[in-house]
Amino acid sequence: MDTHILPTRLYVGIFLILLTLTAATVTASFFDLGGRLNSANVLVAMSIACGKALLVVLFFMHVRYSPRLIWVFVGAGFFWLAILIALTMSDYLSRGWLPLPAPWGT
Amino acid sequence: MAEHVAHHFEDAEQQREAATLGMWAFLITEIMFFGGLFAGYTVYRSTYFDAFAEGSRHLDLVLGTVNTAILIGSSLTMALAVQAAQRSRRGPQVVFLLLTILLGLAFLGIKAVEYGHKFEQHLVPGRFFSWPGPHASNVQLFFSFYFAMTGMHALHMIIGIGLLIWLTIQARRGRFTGSYYNPMEVSGLYWHFVDIVWIFLFPLLYLIDRHVH
Repeated sequence: MDTHILPTRLYVGIFLILLTLTAATVTASFFDLGGRLNSANVLVAMSIACGKALLVVLFFMHVRYSPRLIWVFVGAGFFWLAILIALTMSDYLSRGWLPLPAPWGT
Repeated sequence: MAEHVAHHFEDAEQQREAATLGMWAFLITEIMFFGGLFAGYTVYRSTYFDAFAEGSRHLDLVLGTVNTAILIGSSLTMALAVQAAQRSRRGPQVVFLLLTILLGLAFLGIKAVEYGHKFEQHLVPGRFFSWPGPHASNVQLFFSFYFAMTGMHALHMIIGIGLLIWLTIQARRGRFTGSYYNPMEVSGLYWHFVDIVWIFLFPLLYLIDRHVH
């Protein structure tokens, strides 16, 4: 990893994109985009948040210019988070989809 | 060999890589820590959806949005402080670090105002919590998550500001140059991580259930 000095205009550019995305996500929150549990609103808000987080990780945190080992660590961390949320919610959201079996011994 | 390279490293580059990797290992434990709170919030929001939406609509959208912009601004000034260290420029390092501290304090100040409103309106979970309507106990759960998540986030910011004060003193002494700025780099990673946590907290708590049917 050589010292990769990023130009100021890149940092300011990322900052302006982050502010724009913040304005976009606030604006989107005023509309009922539909879906059970506001799922369309959640999808839009979380997509924007993931985009913002990605910009911060890649440029402010210099991961874009870091060795592959850093990429593996960062990827593993967020992949673990995805597993935690996805598997937990696959349980909670699917409850009641199938009828409960008869209790044991009856 | 330069004096700032510890004896167990080959060179400054290897030392910097090791510091960055170590910091990321720590940040992964932070992802796991906040991940538990996020997963818990997601589960209870889907279980008590109406109550969580009621509670969410009660949060101050203007203050939340302003705070988001302030925190993103503090990430910019932090990134520029690290850049100044890479360029061995002492003055800009100190200025950008002080700006970052100032923006961090502004965030905490606005958060304190928000907390103050919640205290006045009896929205702090516990004996004096009060909420009209049938969902009171589940709205209380929403506010428990609100205070736990924003409170842990604020605690991380307070720790971050402590780090920044120490960095400012060191930067003023000219300790960080293009050949050695590891403390700046890893503290920057921490500060940006705390920003990322807020980037997810803000829509989850303030935004996704904002619109009224």
